[in-house]
Amino acid sequence: MSAQEETVSGQPGNQMSAARRGAPAPAAGRAARSKNSLGYLIARRMALGIALLFAASMLIFGGVEALPGDFATTYLGQEATPQAVANIREELGLDRPMTERYLSWLGGILQGDFGTSWSNHNSVGEQIWKRLSDSLLLAGVSALISIPLAIGLGMIAVLYRNRIPDKVISILSLAAISLPEFFIGYLLIQFFTVQLGISEFPATVYDGMSLGERLSAIVLPVATLVTVVLAHMMRMTRSAILNVMSSAYVETAELKGLSALRIIAEHAAPNAVAPVVTVIALNLAALVVGVVVVEVVFVYPGIGQYMVDAVTVRDMPVVQGCGLLFAAIYIVLNMVADIVSILANPRLRHPR
Amino acid sequence: MRPGVGQARPLATSMQVQPGSNEPAIEEGRKQMRKTLFGMDLAANRREFLKGTVGAGILLVGLSAARAQTEQGGTPVTGGHLKLGLDGGSTTDTLDPAGYISAFAFVLARSFGDHLVESDPVTGKPVPSIAESWESSDNAKTWTFKIRNDVEFHNGKKLTVDDVVKTLQRHSDEKSRSGALGFLKAIASIEGHGNELVVKLSESNVDLPLIFTAYHLVIQPNGGYDNPSEGIGTGPYKLVNFEPGVRALFEKNKNDWRERGHVDSFEIIVMNDATARTAAITAGKVHFVNSIGAKTVPLLKRVAGLQILDTPSRGHFTMPMQVDKAPFDNADLRLALKYAVDREAILKTALGGYGTIGNDFPINATYPYFPADIEQRAYDPDKAAFHFKKSGHDGPVVLRTADGIFSGAVDTALLFQESAKKAGIKVDVKREPADGYWTNVWRATPFCLSYYGSRLTQDLMYATEHLSDSPANETNFNRPDFDKIIKEARSEADDAKRAELYHAAAVMVRDEGGSIIPVFNNYLNAAGKRLKGYIHDVGNDMSNGYIASRVWLEA
Repeated sequence: MSAQEETVSGQPGNQMSAARRGAPAPAAGRAARSKNSLGYLIARRMALGIALLFAASMLIFGGVEALPGDFATTYLGQEATPQAVANIREELGLDRPMTERYLSWLGGILQGDFGTSWSNHNSVGEQIWKRLSDSLLLAGVSALISIPLAIGLGMIAVLYRNRIPDKVISILSLAAISLPEFFIGYLLIQFFTVQLGISEFPATVYDGMSLGERLSAIVLPVATLVTVVLAHMMRMTRSAILNVMSSAYVETAELKGLSALRIIAEHAAPNAVAPVVTVIALNLAALVVGVVVVEVVFVYPGIGQYMVDAVTVRDMPVVQGCGLLFAAIYIVLNMVADIVSILANPRLRHPR
Repeated sequence: MRPGVGQARPLATSMQVQPGSNEPAIEEGRKQMRKTLFGMDLAANRREFLKGTVGAGILLVGLSAARAQTEQGGTPVTGGHLKLGLDGGSTTDTLDPAGYISAFAFVLARSFGDHLVESDPVTGKPVPSIAESWESSDNAKTWTFKIRNDVEFHNGKKLTVDDVVKTLQRHSDEKSRSGALGFLKAIASIEGHGNELVVKLSESNVDLPLIFTAYHLVIQPNGGYDNPSEGIGTGPYKLVNFEPGVRALFEKNKNDWRERGHVDSFEIIVMNDATARTAAITAGKVHFVNSIGAKTVPLLKRVAGLQILDTPSRGHFTMPMQVDKAPFDNADLRLALKYAVDREAILKTALGGYGTIGNDFPINATYPYFPADIEQRAYDPDKAAFHFKKSGHDGPVVLRTADGIFSGAVDTALLFQESAKKAGIKVDVKREPADGYWTNVWRATPFCLSYYGSRLTQDLMYATEHLSDSPANETNFNRPDFDKIIKEARSEADDAKRAELYHAAAVMVRDEGGSIIPVFNNYLNAAGKRLKGYIHDVGNDMSNGYIASRVWLEA
């Protein structure tokens, strides 16, 4: 995120290429260079990421602990007799102190063992993997469609700035961004499934389905997700490029007589990469972990649904495993965004 | 043995329950509620059906199953693939019958498995299944079940008495986590003798065959001791694929030991979103969905060809007042509040009319021995005001509720607040979080909203809700004379005497207990036009779980 701000705010009135301005003065010496080398930066980010993961796991654990009722009482619900509750607590070791339980879970994770679900004794790691691959299919297809579309539309909007195509794109994307995703989902179902009867519903995928069948099953959820994330990314692309376009070196390029397309593609776009990549990364993360609502609406068995079910009964190993995974996805995607931003804009290697 | 439920298909089709009745309002599908609804449950025998509203009109159904033949009847069609979209499945579901708690697991159990005994869909009486006959001796303390010897598991293994013995042992073990453990406590010994199962009880129980219809008690190879989650049973459909929280696929068991089941294969798709279920059934993508909201029924009725399946249930809303805690230890105050409930308004608003009025005891006409002649308590602000004044209680009464413990919980509390106000009684409605409600509010505070699902028998219903030693005795009702009546009824083989005892029990709970029971909800499901042969079973929802083997798909 910091990358984005700096790029955007660092521009005005700067005629030099960003790279040159950012190059260290020779006097700064070797030390600064090694300290600011890409490898060092990445290593530092990764260390930070791991620390963050650790903190996230503690937060999740504490959060679920703080909810009223533990697994034994929520699982048994209205039939929670003292004896039954005690049986389950003893079986699962819930009577041990909180820190001890946390540490033993952490010990397992460090050895790659996510444990087993308390409610159905299935391996959490296996289930997560299966659910995650389903979620990734949905997210991946949505990303494949939405990213090029968003960037393309963003560029078209810039090209026809303040003319009709730009306005149409703006209005449509604003409309899409204003509608809640479940509502878009319901609209699509109502139109394509109930009225026209041309699309599959529910979007449930399961073992033994071919890729083709899966793809046809997920058309509607993908369309929903694309609609939701497209607008955000498109608008960011548009504003980032516009920002760059208003800078002096673009003006110079224009004065040199370059075509509009070339100016955008060669001069403006590379400098607009950082903010765009950041917003793409955030949207990708949202696609993977934040689609619970879409999963529910379309009856899609993704990882979000898995975690929500587990939270309902306080199935701690599952909640912890999913939480950790979500945190990891966010952290990794943000890290990638930062690194790409740094690669695109070497000035960022030298934080002031 | 043909009257078995599983093959009742050409018989009772629709119990002729109409629009304007009711439904189970459990749609929010919290784990807890699923547990309540299905955790214990089911059948019993019944002749009369409470119909319409005030519990006045009594419809005689079921006398003969054949008579119930209705618009859903016709000649069964064999073949096809049936799709059920069900609420209530979860990624936390297990294949181990001991851990079944959802609507999903309920249908699963009834389809791949068999139980010792089944219940008649119309009368609720026990009918043979794996046990072909039974008899009791020693005042219903010793039971002998004759086990069929022509039954084969899906893995080709022959079912033996030993498998039955082991199944019962596994569920009745003290340390078992089985949902059926609660009903099996009185079992002292389980033995196999030749082709007979002998069960000895520590106390008499004439309802034992009905208890064995509990859906957890699926007969498994070696009782499930080897691998409880292998999904091998003796039922009409074989489990082909199971993904918890996603779906389950079944195919016809070609080696079935009796003739039943019309469709070649079927699948259950977990659909926990009410709108998704509505969309799927409207678009014809599934043939059946459960748990549709009362408020969507009028809209669904406009869809051509869609059937609304509306079945009376044993589930009921309660507002327990703890009789040993102030201020509810005052009998006049309890009576005042019972008169201050506008049951009609709750039925109309919270259930959309899909239910029946309750009379402050937990039994309705779906149970055998229902005491139909007890006067219906009605909303009476004057009487409420009179008793309230007499109680000497001053100030407001606090009622706790939560959004999402069951659908209608908040509506009911607010309607009660409104109707009590007219009697000069101030009710403070306090909203609690639904999370942890059953631990932190229910049984822990003196007055709140609660719900009970279906039970197999009247005995089990009272034993849960009102016996002094029950962990779910939410009103802390503690009356040795009441406990004695229930225990007597449990060992009473004479129908007339038994009915008398249940009458006395109902009156005692109604007039002296702490339960306000405003309404019973109906099960509300929907089916596409091709689905035929649905049997409205008095036992429980979705044709007592047997939907997949009872219905057929018309071309």
